[in-house]
Order: sequence, then structure tokens, then C-alpha cells
Amino acid sequence: MSQRNPAATSLNASLFEGTSRQVRSLADEKIAITVEGLDLYYGDDQALKGISMKIPERRVTAFIGPSGCGKSTLLRCFNRMNDLVDSCRIEGAINLHGDNIYGRGTDVAELRRRVGMVFQKPNPFPKSIYENVAYGLRLQGVKNKRLLDEVVERSIKAVGLWDEVKDRLQSNAFGLSGGQQQRLVIARAIAIEPEVILLDEPTSALDPISTAKIEELMEELKEKYTILIVTHNMQQAARVSDYTAYMYLGELIEYADTMHLFTNPGQKATEDYITGRYG
Amino acid sequence: MREWWKSGSPWIWLNGGAVTISMIMVFGLLLLILVRGFGNFWPHAILETTYTHPDADTPVRVIGELRRSETLTAQSMRDAGVDIPGDQLLIERHLIKMGNRDVTNQDFGYFIDGFMDDWRYPEDIGVLERREWGDFMGYPLRLLEEGSTVAVGDELWPEFQRRLERSNNLYDEIRGIERGAIGRINFAIERVRLDERKAELRGALTDERRAELEQRREELQAEYRVLEEQLNRLYEAAARDGIVMRVADGQEVTIRLADIVKAWQPNNMSVLEKIGFYAKDFFDFIFGYPREANTEGGIFPAIFGTVVMVLVMSIIVTPFGILAAIYLREYARQGPILKTVRISVYNLAGVPSIVFGVFGLGFFVYFLGGAIDRTFYPEALPAPTFGTPGLFWASLTLALLTLPVVIVSTEEGLARIPSTIREGSLALGATKGETLWKVVVPLATPAMMTGLILAIARAAGEVAPLMLVGVVKLAPTLPVDGNFPFIHLERKIMHLGFHIYDVGFQSPHAEAAEQLVYATALILVLLIVVLNLTAITIRNHLREKYRAESD
Repeated sequence: MSQRNPAATSLNASLFEGTSRQVRSLADEKIAITVEGLDLYYGDDQALKGISMKIPERRVTAFIGPSGCGKSTLLRCFNRMNDLVDSCRIEGAINLHGDNIYGRGTDVAELRRRVGMVFQKPNPFPKSIYENVAYGLRLQGVKNKRLLDEVVERSIKAVGLWDEVKDRLQSNAFGLSGGQQQRLVIARAIAIEPEVILLDEPTSALDPISTAKIEELMEELKEKYTILIVTHNMQQAARVSDYTAYMYLGELIEYADTMHLFTNPGQKATEDYITGRYG
Repeated sequence: MREWWKSGSPWIWLNGGAVTISMIMVFGLLLLILVRGFGNFWPHAILETTYTHPDADTPVRVIGELRRSETLTAQSMRDAGVDIPGDQLLIERHLIKMGNRDVTNQDFGYFIDGFMDDWRYPEDIGVLERREWGDFMGYPLRLLEEGSTVAVGDELWPEFQRRLERSNNLYDEIRGIERGAIGRINFAIERVRLDERKAELRGALTDERRAELEQRREELQAEYRVLEEQLNRLYEAAARDGIVMRVADGQEVTIRLADIVKAWQPNNMSVLEKIGFYAKDFFDFIFGYPREANTEGGIFPAIFGTVVMVLVMSIIVTPFGILAAIYLREYARQGPILKTVRISVYNLAGVPSIVFGVFGLGFFVYFLGGAIDRTFYPEALPAPTFGTPGLFWASLTLALLTLPVVIVSTEEGLARIPSTIREGSLALGATKGETLWKVVVPLATPAMMTGLILAIARAAGEVAPLMLVGVVKLAPTLPVDGNFPFIHLERKIMHLGFHIYDVGFQSPHAEAAEQLVYATALILVLLIVVLNLTAITIRNHLREKYRAESD
């Protein structure tokens, strides 16, 4: 145990003032994803080193750490987005509800239907708002117009965008503001009812108001989905997440209940980072 | 000075100057083509003058249209053996179009200024554009019907115009029958012959079948005889009228109205009438068929051939280019082999076009075409169907020529699609193929259109390879008509670019052809502009649709 820094911990404690949050314990949670000894290499460079962790179901788990620490890389392991990188090699296992997603015979497209993802920059398709949300269903061969209408409406309502776009569902998605686009992209992801949603710095390109909306949205979404979020913004991690993982240079330094990690970090490195003394 | 040099001004002036010179050259070119091209259709005034050549004693009367004047040194004329008075240093000479090729054997002539007398513009001189032998200029004297005079003096010209309209209507009817009904019958008779030969080759030519075909042939020939009769009657009717004209030297010449396309009295026309005449002439040029070894008449078959060829080329090159580009950019493993392939493709764009023509003739026409003939058209042999230059091979050769342009543009378009869009699709469970076809390719369509625009611009103006693979001086039929299968890819076509070359440099009447060359060039430029504008409009529409990501 390293030395405590009373000033820092009290500062961080203020993040949770006014909330009625309880310190949770992983032992009480249902586990959605288990990572076992995950190593990831880009060519000869090792980007992730022996990551092992359990990610609880229907909770928000945040990954924080300095740039280049591997948090985004780790997030992309959960839906095998790293497969797109030719030189990428992975060892170890990730179990999603018991199935190893890196096991033989995994259907990657099927996996990505179960694990949705939202990216840093809003990336709607060059189609109408409606078609953006219906895209995933159409891929699955859904042609029933009523079913599509229903899912599109439900998904857009779920992200709180319905009132803003209901009169222009057929207009191009590029006409929306950045924040609206990002919510549309989330609607697109939940339209196919995934089990897990990965958010890769979803608010870093947005203004504070849009950011607040997305954060509220996460609060609602975790009722149904397991959410993993990578963020640069520690306040955001503290606000929205139930569990937080601190990563540094490809290693998982500390992983605990968010309140616990922020107010009473177990590692000196974590404390330095969250109190801004890193670097 | 040093300061000025360091300030960068000279650099800006240099750049600005380069742009200015380019602009001047481009606009100069366009202006020249425009002026010369559009000038062709204006009814110029006709002059009459008395000319005494320095070497001749007797004066001659000259009627004609002043084409251009040029100034020469008198010495050069003396060297050429013309007796110019000693005190003159410079002389001016005029090129005059006199027409009447059949009467005088010389329809253009140079006349030296200073030896011309009594220069005037008589109002009643008439110009007749004839179906053969070019223009005719002279004074109208009498209008004949069946050899007897029906009109003279003031009534003559209006009555002549009325009767000319009648004879032109008859002519149109005759051409309609010849091109339409008779063309169809010929096509059908040829079909019967081919059917017979086909059956013979298969050994299936039973007596029954033979009789059947024979009967069909009889029917067609009976139909043909009816039409022939009708034609004869029309020809007879058309031969009824004639006009007697007096030419410059006083000779009287009779011309059948059936041989006249149109007639005008340019010295007697108001500006408004001239404009109307001009418009009609321009229209006839664009929608008419060529006459007199292409030096007269219109260029419709050439315009049509060019457009059809470019369209067929676009239909061939677009899918090929796009598929190849997608493979190169999206699927092929990046490495030395791909690099070699890519460099080869890019360099294909630099190969001289005549090389493509030679390849097209050797590989497409003789090898592929020959194979197609042996396999699918054995009944027509030894007359080749596809084993001879034609529309399809011309389009295919041009498609090959423009393939690199389409590939390069498409590849660049694909490379510009942000990876976040692809990832967005993949993250929703789309496969790579689904992502490509549903998201990436639609986004890259503006770039593909850019490639197509460049391809069209290149293809429409290409001449050299086409001479080898399907473009001819005069095609008897259009590649699209009412006979099944309506688009005849094996037919030879006419082409504006080749038409310019042919009229300008292969024509016996170089002087007469000059203006036609400019006019044709103008139409070619306009056609390319129209084709490009169409493609650009489509592209802008697509760009608007995919606004945020494609620019």
C-alpha cells in the first residue's frame, strides 16, 4: 500500500457528493464477460499484457488511463474489431456468457450483433435517419415493414431522439448535429438488441450539453445492457460508471468499484493518475 | 529589387501569367471554332464582278461568294508567273466560291484585287444547294413544268419555292421508303438467306423447310415490287419541274427541282430572314445525312455513332473498372505483386491510343470476333458478322483505353471513405461484402462518376484507334434501328472525330470542306460538353446526397 494523500481523496470524494451510491462488490454481481490472460501484439509490440478481469452484467464499466495505455485496444477485443488490423495477434480468452469469442468457429458477424459498438466520432451512414437505425435489422434479413417501423421508433425513443427527428425520419442523417448523430448511432446499435454495448470515448467530440444527454442515456441503458466505456474524462468515469479499470502501458493496474477506486485507490499509480499527478 | 524578389511577387506573377496564357489558349481555340463553325451556316452575300486576269485579254464575268482576302507581296506573284505591273509591292487577292462545279469545273478561285471591275451585289442572284455537285449560283430565268415555262419574272421565285417544297416532300417520301420499308425488306430477305444456310449447315434443310423459306422470300419480293412501283411513281412525279438559270458567262442551265435541296437569294434577304435561314441550315446540318463524300449535307450519323459508341463504352468500362478497383483496394493483399499490378494499370493510361487500336483489331476483331463468327454465325460465313470492325469492338477498345482512368478514380474514392464508416457497419454485424455494397460503394459513387467523366471526355475525342476497329467514312445504316434486335453492335459506325479528319484531309474539295471541318469540330466539342455536363450533374446530385463524407 502506498501513502495516502488525504487532499486528493477528499477531492475525489466530492465527485460523489449528493449521490446515493453504494460501494458495490464484484462478488455480488452476475458476470457477463470474463477476460483470461489476454495478450495482444501488433507485430512485435505487445499492446496488452496479461489482462484478466470479470465484467458484470447490466453495469457500466469504465476504462481509464493515459493515451496509448491500451484501453481502446482492449475494448476492441470484445467485438473482435482488432481482426481488421493485419498485424494484430491475440492470445488468451474472452468469454461472453461462457463462449470464448476467440474460440474456433466463432461467427464474427454474429458476435458483433451481440456486442454493439459506438465510436469516438459519430459515424452515421450516408442514408436516411430511418435506414441508419434499420440497417442492422436489414442485414439480418428483416423485411417486414411494420416490424422495422416499430424497432426504429423504439430505438430512437430509447435514446431520447424521437421528438427531435420524428418528422424527418427520411431525411439524411448527416443533417443532424454531432450530439444527435451520436445518439442516432447508439440507437442504431441498440436496434439489434445486443447484450453488450462498447462505447469508445463516445463524448470526446461533443459539446457539454450533448455529453450530459449521452451520460443520462447510459444510466437508462444499463437497465438492459452491459456497458463498457473508454473515456479520457475522469469525471465522466466517476459520474457514469459502476466499476472502473485503470490501465497503464498495456497492463490492468487496478480494477474496482468506481467509488472505491476514486476515493481510495489501492495503487500508487492509480492515485497519481486520478489526482492529476501523472506524467 | 532584392526586396521585390524576396517578397514573392515574381512567383505570383509567374503563376498568374501561366494561368493567363492557358486561358488565352483555351478561349482562343474555342473562339476560333465557334466563329468559323457557326459562320458556316450564314447566307453570305453573293457578288458579281468583271475580272480581267493580268495574263488574259478578255474579261470574264464572275458570280460568287467572297470567302476570304489575303495580302501577298507582288514579287511572289511575279515569281509564280503572273504579270503584275512593276510599281506594285503588295497585292490583295480574294478567294471566291463560285459554285457551279459541273459547269465550270472549278468552284473556287483566287482573284487579284485591282483587276476587278463593276463589283456589285445583284438582288436576284439565286443560290441553289444541290444534292450533287455542290452549290449553284446564277440568275433564275424560267420555271419549267414538263419542259414548258410556267413562271417568269416576279412570280418566278415564290412559285419556285412552292414547287421546291413539293419536290422536297416527294424526296423525303422516297428516302423514307428506301431507308424504312425497303431496308426492312432487305434485312428480312437476308434473314431468310441466313436461315436457309443455317438449316443447310445443320443438315436440317428439308424440302418442306426449303419451300417454306422460298415462300417467305416470294412474299418479301412481292412486297418489294409493290414498293418499287411506288418509288417509280414518286421519282416520276419528282422529275416534273425544272428551273432555268443563267450563269456568269451567259450560258443557260436547266436544273431539275428534284436535285435541289434548298434555294435562297442572299442579296434579297432581310437580317431576320437570314437568321431564320441560318437556324434551318444549322438544324439540317445536325439532323441531316451526309452527301457528296461527306462534303455536303449533315452529320447526323456521325453524331449518333459517337454518342452510341460512348454510351456502349460507358456501359462496359464502368462495371469493369469499379470491380477491379474494389478488388485492388479492398480485397487484394497489399504487397509487391499488387504494386506491380497497380503500376501496370496506371501505365496503361499512358500507352498511345493507336496501340490500343492495333490490339483491338488483332485481338478483339480478328481473334474474338472470328471465334464468335465461327461459333454463332457460321451461316453468314465467309462474310464476317463480328469478325470485322464494328461498334462493339470500337466501344470495347475505348473501354480498355479508359479503364485505368476509372480504376484510378474509383480507388481514390474508396481510399477517401473514412474508416469509421466501415467500422460502424462492421460493428453492426455486417460482413465485409455487405459493408462494401451497402455503405462504402454508394459513398464512392461520386468518385466513380468523376472517373466516368474523364473516360467519356477521352473516348469521345479519340480517333486514331477507332479507324482500325469500327469507324468508317460512310456507314450505310445507323447502329440502332427498328429491326430486331434494334441495337446492332456489329455494324460499322461514323464518328465525329474521324469525320473531321475525313472531310478535312481526305476530301477532293478542300476549300469547300474547310468550313465544314470547323462546324463538325464545333459539334464534337459541344457534344463532349453535353455528355460531360450530364455526368457532372449526376455526380453533383450524388455528392449532395452523400454530402458530409465525400468531399
